[in-house]
Amino acid sequence: MAKNSIDEIIKKTNSYLCIDCGECTGSCPVSRVNVNYSPRLNVEKMVLGYFDEIKKDENIWSCLVCGLCSKRCPSDVKYDEFIKLSRKEIRKHNEKLNYSHNRIIQKSMEIMTQGNTQKRTEWIGKELKVSKKGKFLYFTGCLPYFEVIFEYLNIHPLETAGNAVKILNKLGIEPVVNNSEVCCGRDLLFNGDEENFLKLAKINTKMLKESGAEKVVFTCPECLETLKEIYPEYLGKTDVEFIHITQLVEEAVKKGKLELDSSSIKKFTYQDPCILGRGLGLYDEPRNIIKSIPETELLPIERERENSICCGPSAWVSCTNYTKRIQHVRLGQAEKTGAEVLITACPKCYIHFSCALSGDDEDYKIKLMDITTLIAETMKSKKKHTDSHRLEG
Amino acid sequence: MKKKKTNAKITKAKMTKAKKIKKKTKKLQYPKIITFACNWCSYAGADLAGVSRFQYPPSLRLIRVMCAGRITPTFILDALTDGADGVIVSGCHFEDCHYISGSRKAEKVVETTRKLMHLLGMDGRRLRFELISAAEGQKFATVAREFTEEITNLKKEKHGKK
Ligand code: SF4
Ligand code: SF4
Repeated sequence: MAKNSIDEIIKKTNSYLCIDCGECTGSCPVSRVNVNYSPRLNVEKMVLGYFDEIKKDENIWSCLVCGLCSKRCPSDVKYDEFIKLSRKEIRKHNEKLNYSHNRIIQKSMEIMTQGNTQKRTEWIGKELKVSKKGKFLYFTGCLPYFEVIFEYLNIHPLETAGNAVKILNKLGIEPVVNNSEVCCGRDLLFNGDEENFLKLAKINTKMLKESGAEKVVFTCPECLETLKEIYPEYLGKTDVEFIHITQLVEEAVKKGKLELDSSSIKKFTYQDPCILGRGLGLYDEPRNIIKSIPETELLPIERERENSICCGPSAWVSCTNYTKRIQHVRLGQAEKTGAEVLITACPKCYIHFSCALSGDDEDYKIKLMDITTLIAETMKSKKKHTDSHRLEG
Repeated sequence: MKKKKTNAKITKAKMTKAKKIKKKTKKLQYPKIITFACNWCSYAGADLAGVSRFQYPPSLRLIRVMCAGRITPTFILDALTDGADGVIVSGCHFEDCHYISGSRKAEKVVETTRKLMHLLGMDGRRLRFELISAAEGQKFATVAREFTEEITNLKKEKHGKK
């Protein structure tokens, strides 16, 4: 193991500033269920030159990159960066990792790097208006793939995409949905596969340039963070503006451009996706949207905002009994609020919680809903009433 | 000139049997087809085809698995991206599956894979799902012949386009 790369990791992540306080391990949702995992110990091992031990420890793959530890660390040790860089280093030595879903998601991404012409826009029906060129681009992310891969959970991740376009149409925007878009590659990066990540990043950057988009709207917080913050680290800055759909909708609601009607569901609670919250600082936008729906109540969940707990697994590795435990803890907290529906703003939270809910061993009353579904359902019942009827008929 | 020739001779001698076969098949332009065959029915079916001397082209590479239900979409995509022209997944007839539901599971996996291939811009015809019992040596040979022809045509189609 080259000493240089270890030094680089230590330097880049501020590991040498660690004061060994243990705040990270105390906060980590994984450490609570898996005593063998300790971020503090990993940082310490790295600084003291025991990288070989980290390498052998399969628990390095169980970090959720949820950002809770980095947020709370008094010394500003960047543990998510630490995980990213050390996994990259570990992967070089061909360490095996515990892929979820038989590695199919990673495999699909690898195939995307080869530049085949995909057919990822076939979900766009006639009722959705999209344009070939324009300033607005909607980034679908992996949703078309999730639709196929997670069919067995009886969920339809593509509904999120359809609803997003519906919402944009309502706001008078006909977004470009580009067929040459590829997965953002974040999961590959956090699997340590920087090479393929870069290939995907280049394809996407090229796609953005060619489409001439000025504003890109996302439904997936992870895609958003990757394009907004990780791509510039590798490929330099662009002038394109990247926003989450909740930002757009909140603004429109505030300005009175969009009105939300009451829903049959009255009590909601909200799950802060790690990346949308701690990563991008968007805590209030989704909450304001839910609150702007008349006659509804947004019930606070135990541990919210910056203290929110992750939905379980991440980057499609290490889905274990520990992650299941985390999910059930979280769902239990949501249930306790007394809400009828748990709103998420991330397709991955939706998938992971759906999986946990689909098990028979625990009895949950709470239902799941993506925030785009909520917006699309509450907005269509007002105004344009005749329009939507015409479309359906 | 002379040196080159001797060099070529040496490398030729060094070539393993497998490599020779590979070169030969390449020369004859047989497509490469990975066949996942289940231990209890399809693999025995392939055996029967061999024992009974049914003729079929040498394009199939058999991989024996305990159950067709063990196949995952990644196996199939890995094969296709690593150089196979086609993939056959073959299991027992649904009623006879040694592990009760393995074949049905395999059918679903193939379906999922085909959808993924469609999304990824790959030709779904490169993948075939078959149910072959241990007594159906003839069927195995027929499938092999048919699919080889189909894949050869597909390849021609693809090159024709270019
Ligand atoms: S990022 Fe989250 S899961 Fe990973 S060590 Fe920090 S708190 Fe634990
Ligand atoms: S919270 Fe920060 S300073 Fe404290 S042990 Fe963890 S990495 Fe070190």
